Amino acid sequence: MSGAADLKKEPAGSERTGTPLLELRDLRVYYGAIEALKGINVKVYEGEVVALLGANGAGKSTTLRAASGMLAPREGQVLLHGERVDGIKSHDLVRFGIGHVPEGRRVFPRMTVKENLEMGAYRFKSPDREEMDRVYTLFPRLKERRTQLGGTLSGGEQQMLAIGRALMGKPELLLLDEPSMGLAPLIVRQIFDILKEINEQGTTVLLVEQNASQALQLADRGYVLETGEVAMADEASSLLADPRVRAAYLGEGA
Amino acid sequence: MSNQTMNAQAAKRLRQVRWYQEPRWQRLGGLLALALLLAMVTGVQGTNSDPFYAIKENLTGVGLWVYVGIALLIWVAREFFSEPVKQAGATAKQAKGTLVDGPLGQIKQLLAGQPRLRWALMAAVAALAVWGPMGLDRYWQTVLVDQVMIFVLVAIGLNVVIGWAGMLDLGFIAFFAIGAYSAAYWTGALPVAPPIELNNFAVIPLAVITCLVAGLLLGAPTLRLRGDYLAIVTLGFHEIVYLTAKNLNDVTGGTSGVKVDRWEIGGYEFRIVDQMPFYWVLLAFAAITVFLFVRLEHSKVGRAWTAVREDEIAAASTGVDTVRYKLMAFAIGASTSGLAGVAYASKVGYINSENFVILLSILVLAYVIFGGMGSLPGVIFGAAFLVWLPEFLRDYVDPKDRHMYLGALLVIMMIYRPQGVIPSKRRQRELKMAETGSAEAEAEATGTGGKHS
Ligand SMILES: Nc1ncnc2c1ncn2[C@@H]1O[C@H](COP(=O)(O)OP(=O)(O)OP(=O)(O)O)[C@@H](O)[C@H]1O
Ligand SMILES: [Mg+2]
Repeated sequence: MSGAADLKKEPAGSERTGTPLLELRDLRVYYGAIEALKGINVKVYEGEVVALLGANGAGKSTTLRAASGMLAPREGQVLLHGERVDGIKSHDLVRFGIGHVPEGRRVFPRMTVKENLEMGAYRFKSPDREEMDRVYTLFPRLKERRTQLGGTLSGGEQQMLAIGRALMGKPELLLLDEPSMGLAPLIVRQIFDILKEINEQGTTVLLVEQNASQALQLADRGYVLETGEVAMADEASSLLADPRVRAAYLGEGA
Repeated sequence: MSNQTMNAQAAKRLRQVRWYQEPRWQRLGGLLALALLLAMVTGVQGTNSDPFYAIKENLTGVGLWVYVGIALLIWVAREFFSEPVKQAGATAKQAKGTLVDGPLGQIKQLLAGQPRLRWALMAAVAALAVWGPMGLDRYWQTVLVDQVMIFVLVAIGLNVVIGWAGMLDLGFIAFFAIGAYSAAYWTGALPVAPPIELNNFAVIPLAVITCLVAGLLLGAPTLRLRGDYLAIVTLGFHEIVYLTAKNLNDVTGGTSGVKVDRWEIGGYEFRIVDQMPFYWVLLAFAAITVFLFVRLEHSKVGRAWTAVREDEIAAASTGVDTVRYKLMAFAIGASTSGLAGVAYASKVGYINSENFVILLSILVLAYVIFGGMGSLPGVIFGAAFLVWLPEFLRDYVDPKDRHMYLGALLVIMMIYRPQGVIPSKRRQRELKMAETGSAEAEAEATGTGGKHS
């Protein structure tokens, strides 16, 4: 689907006009000879939660990696507030306000919860105490466990820690790669509630999820990727009602 | 049905604990094996003409029975009389109301409340480090300067690379060699003449920079490699440096070596008759290096290294420039090794290619792991102890066997204390937590509570 088609579906007159916070323009990413992203267009406006759905191997993680500078696109552009940032390395992009919670949590296993959080504020001179209190308020469980080693936390706690650590960098845009992976439904609900709170407190979120129904309930808009291309882009509520989405991602018979 | 009974039988068989699998008897077996081993190593030595001579003699001699007797005594004491002793100890500890671990912990606790005593103790240790070696005889002074101090310096450098940044370097002595040959070159000792001849001390910055550049040149293309591949690359690098030194006779002097002038400063010449000035120079180098590295460890750089060591992707996503910090560790390690190389050449006064064989790279790695990767006191102790041990054993065992004992010690250490003699704080904490869940929970809770408000 082309960029023009995307634009048509964005309601005019809302806050979604003007320069997006993040824009991926005709992005092509290769792993060696494999073309993982075949020219995708994605826009994320300030204050939004945008969901990125798709089957395994569709290129969702690749999209996030390209957005956060972990991968350099071969063609196309990554724009942050309309400025090109593709080619900037991830550790520098962090300073532009992009927080990436990579796939598989990846907490520092031998650092305590507190040290993990402090590490999240690495780009600052010293960790912001208020920010840490905010994270502890969002995730009381982390506060309880702040002297425990990251590697010994449960899966759900590790996910909370990974999100908390990214928040410590005070990102404007939070890129989340499958936060619900491997977690019990109750914990997933908790995490999504917290994501909502984070968003309401002013952080824009681009969310990759397999758990389509939860993600679309939280999100304002959604994109569906299929083998490296954007197959659908629409309001979250429309996607949630779309029979094709329901069949493919919500496990309902077509 | 029959399948189920079969399974039940199989399970029963598998769950059965035979007598020799009980810990008590296993301990007896272990002690007896140890007795046998001790009888062998302290008994007569073998000869080339009759390889079994030693076995025959030692297994029929009195020594064996003495050792077996001692082993049995220890076993009996351990198995039947240790419980009451242990309990008495535990109640005594409880009565004192302290929960400190080991003599070190007790000393720490004793000093905690008394800063003056602490300073006095530190001053005493420093004084001992500075003047103590004067009391040693010449032989041990030479060992201390030529080997212990040099390898302590090298181990401190390697610790940055492997202990802090978590990169396995099997060719660390290559940089040592580059440092030593730099010293030889700039002091005019090599067959090729330098543009200007320099004093040994003036060579230091040049050698350090040379090693830094060599470290960067080797590091830049290879640091993207995963641990095991990096290890092989560094091994290869060492071989290249070594073979160049060995075969490029016209430049390096090859195996026959070159004579290097010793230190000299402001007309004062360091002479081999007195080892102490050499020692003080090396002590100063080590002290400065340790001081700088401690600062580094607790700075943002140290935290970046920890993050890179634990998870590179996570480190990158928190804003750590992983490549830069890995290169930095590599370069800092290389320059420390180079500094040690300059010191070695300027002390011993002679180098040849055989001073830089691959075995040394492996040994330095062993020192670091033995002492405790990532812990400065650990690696200093590890290097000093393992360099000292073979020299010490020279008088007690067949000198040819010395390295066998070193090997055995390493094997035993890796089985029973893989974290090293003095593990890093981080590692200690981890072990403690493994035992008790969250060891510092209470102390921490009160600590941060204050800071937060
Ligand atoms: N490092 C890599 N090297 C080669 N191919 C890769 C690499 N990483 C991903 N790919 C390929 O790129 C395609 C997209 O992968 P990506 O990880 O983006 O999928 P995804 O949508 O996140 O899938 P999942 O839901 O399973 O996480 C896949 O075909 C994958 O095999
Ligand atoms: Mg993925």
